[in-house]
Amino acid sequence: MSPVEEAAARPVTETEPLLRVRGLTKHFPVRTGFRGRSLVRAVDGLDFDVRPGETLGLVGESGCGKTTTGRMLVRLLEPTVGTIEFDGRDITHAGRRELRPLRQDLQIIFQDPYASLNPRHTVGRIIAMPLQVNGIEPPGGVKARVQELLEIVGLNPEHYNRYPHEFSGGQRQRIGIARALALRPKLIVADEPVSALDVSIQAQVINLLRELQRDLGLAFVFIAHDLAVVRHFCQRVAVMYLGKIVEIGDRDDIYERPQHPYTRALLSAIPDVTRLGPGGRIRLAGDVPTPLDPPSGCRFRTRCWKAQDICAAEEPALVPRAGGGQATACHFPESGPVAAATGAPAVADDAGPVADDGTAGAGAADDGSGTTVEEVSK
Amino acid sequence: MSLSPVEGVALAEIESGGDAEAPERKGVVGRSPGQLAWARLRRDRTAMVSGGMLVLFMVLALAAPLIQMVYGIGPREQFQHLLDGFGMPLGYAGGVSGDHWFGLEPGLGRDIFIRLIYGLRTSLFIAFAAAVITATIGIVLGTLAGYLGGWLDAVINWITDLTLAMPFLVIALALTPTLVLRFYGEREAVSPAFGVGVLIAVFAIFGWTSTARLVRGQVIALREREFVEAARASGAGLGHMLFRQLLPNIWAPILVSFSLAVPQFITSEAALSFIGVGLSDETPSFGRMIYRSLDYLQTDPAYVFFPGVMIFALVFAFNLFGDALRDALDPKSSR
Repeated sequence: MSPVEEAAARPVTETEPLLRVRGLTKHFPVRTGFRGRSLVRAVDGLDFDVRPGETLGLVGESGCGKTTTGRMLVRLLEPTVGTIEFDGRDITHAGRRELRPLRQDLQIIFQDPYASLNPRHTVGRIIAMPLQVNGIEPPGGVKARVQELLEIVGLNPEHYNRYPHEFSGGQRQRIGIARALALRPKLIVADEPVSALDVSIQAQVINLLRELQRDLGLAFVFIAHDLAVVRHFCQRVAVMYLGKIVEIGDRDDIYERPQHPYTRALLSAIPDVTRLGPGGRIRLAGDVPTPLDPPSGCRFRTRCWKAQDICAAEEPALVPRAGGGQATACHFPESGPVAAATGAPAVADDAGPVADDGTAGAGAADDGSGTTVEEVSK
Repeated sequence: MSLSPVEGVALAEIESGGDAEAPERKGVVGRSPGQLAWARLRRDRTAMVSGGMLVLFMVLALAAPLIQMVYGIGPREQFQHLLDGFGMPLGYAGGVSGDHWFGLEPGLGRDIFIRLIYGLRTSLFIAFAAAVITATIGIVLGTLAGYLGGWLDAVINWITDLTLAMPFLVIALALTPTLVLRFYGEREAVSPAFGVGVLIAVFAIFGWTSTARLVRGQVIALREREFVEAARASGAGLGHMLFRQLLPNIWAPILVSFSLAVPQFITSEAALSFIGVGLSDETPSFGRMIYRSLDYLQTDPAYVFFPGVMIFALVFAFNLFGDALRDALDPKSSR
C-alpha cells in the first residue's frame, strides 16, 4: 500500500460511512410456463459500507448481482427490500425530487462506452447534461466547466464540438467519466468501467480513476470481474456469489488471506505467468445454481469441496472471523495465506507493461507526488 | 452508431496525444450524424434527381396563382368554342395547342394544364397535412407508450389494434357523406375547404398507427440503452428524456416513414376522389380528373394520360426519395 493511500485511508476509518447499505435485496418477478410466477433473486440481502474517499471493489462472476447492486445504488432500479443510506439520509425509496440534491453526489460510470454516450449529442452536450438537467450554472459558464472536465480526464478541451463516433473506446470512456464528474460527486459507482476496453487502454483508464480518486477525494464502488484490476484499484473488496456477499475485507486480507473457499477458488483462477501449468488452481465443479431457486443454507455449498450437512441446513452469517475488518460467510473458513502463486508480483506484472503508453491520461500521473505500484513499474 | 469514424478517430488520437493546440483550433468541429447523412444523400444520384423533381413539383404547386397569371387561363374557365358538337376537343391529342399545353377537358372544355397545377396543389397540401398530423399523433402516442410502458402502453396498443382492425375504405365511404350532411343541407353546395378538411381528418384517423408502432419499438429499444440511464441517473425529467435523449435518435426512421407516407396519401386521396367520397368536382384534383377521364378513355385518351403521368411521376419521385433518404440515414440497412 502506498503512503498516499494509507494517508487517505487512515482518517476515514473513524468517520461515518458515506454509503450504508443494509439488507439490500432485488427480486425480479418472472413468468415461468403458463401461469407460474417465480422470483429471480438477483441480489439477496447485502450489507456493506463505503466511507468517504474509499474504493470498494465488488467482484464475482457473471450473473452474481454486481450490476444490479450498482444500479440500485444510483436508484436506476428500485430495491425490493433493504435500505440505502447516503450521507446519513435514507434514499431507498426517495422520489425524483428528493433525490435531486443527492444525484449530484452519486453518479455512475457505465460499462459499454459505445452505448453510454448519446450518438446525436456533441461531447460538450453530453458532459453538460448533468449540469443542464439539474439547472446548475457553474461559475465561468457551462462551456468552461466542460472544457475543464475534458482536461481533467485527459482529453483535448478543443474537442468540445465533436461527436462520440469520432472517438475511440478509451476516449469515450473518458467522456463518460467526465460526465460523471460534472456534478462533483462524492461517490461514483463504476460498473465494470474497463471491461469493454482493451488491456492497454484499461490501464490508462484505471490510472485516471485513481488520480481522480486521489485528487478529488472520491469514493468508488468499483464493480468488476477482473481480479487484477480490482486489486490494483480498490482498498476494500467484497466478493459476491449468487446475490450475496460471501466475503468482505481489506484488499490485502482478501488477496493474501482469503477465508471463504469461493474467494480462494476465484483467486486461484488468476492466470500467473511466473508459473506455467495448472498448479495451485482450484477447479470448481458444475455451474452456478439458478437464482430462481438458490440452494438452501450456504449458496456455495453445491460447488464447495468443504461442504457438510450444516451448510445445507443453516445459512452462514457474514461475520468477522479472525478479528479485524475481514468478514466471511462460511461455516468452515480457511485460514492462513494462499500460496505464493497469487501473490503481488503477478498483479504488478499484469498492470505494469501496459501503463507506459504515454498518452495524456497516464502522462499526467508522473507529477512526482505519491508513488504507487503501477507508477513504479512504469 | 459509429458511422465512418476512421478519419475522425485518427485525428482525435493525434490531437489528444500532442500538445500542438494553436494550429488545430479551427479543425476540431465534429460532424454530426445528421451532417454525415446529408453528405451521403448529396452523393446519391437517385436522391438528387428525385429530390429535384419534388422541389419542382412543390414550387409548381406553391406558385399556382403565379402560373395562372403567366399562362393566362384559370382552372374554372371553359372553352366551349374549342369543342366539337359532341363535346370533344378539336385538334389532335385532346386539343393540345400553344394556348392549351395539355389540351382541354371533353364536355366542359376546361384547360387541363392549369387544372393539373391546381390539382398538384390540392394533392400535396392534403398529403403533407395528413402526413404531419399522423406523424405527430404517432410520435406522441408511440413515445409515451414506449417510454412509460405499463397500463398506458397496453391502452395505446389496444387503440392501435382497434384502429388497424377498422376497414379504412368502408369507414371513409360511410363517414364522408355523413359528415357532409351533418354540416350542410341536402341541396347546399359543399365548400371545397370542407371537403379537403374531411379528407385530411379521415387520413389522420387511420394513418397514425404505423408511425406509432415504429416509434414505440424504437423507444423501447433505446430506453434500456446506457446513455438514457445516464440521464436518468443524473436526475433528468420526462421532458429531457423524451426530447433531448430519445427523439433525436429516432428522427431518422420517422423522417423515412414520413417521406413514404406522403405518396401513400397522394394515391389514397386520388383513390377516394375517384370513388366519389373525396373532393367535389369543383376542387381540382388528380383523382377527380382521372375519374372523369374514364368516360373518354377510347375517344380522348390524352385526357387520362396527363393526370396519370403526373400522379405517377409525383408518387414515384417521393418513393425514390424516401428510399434514398433511408439509405443515407441508415447506411447499414442496405448494401
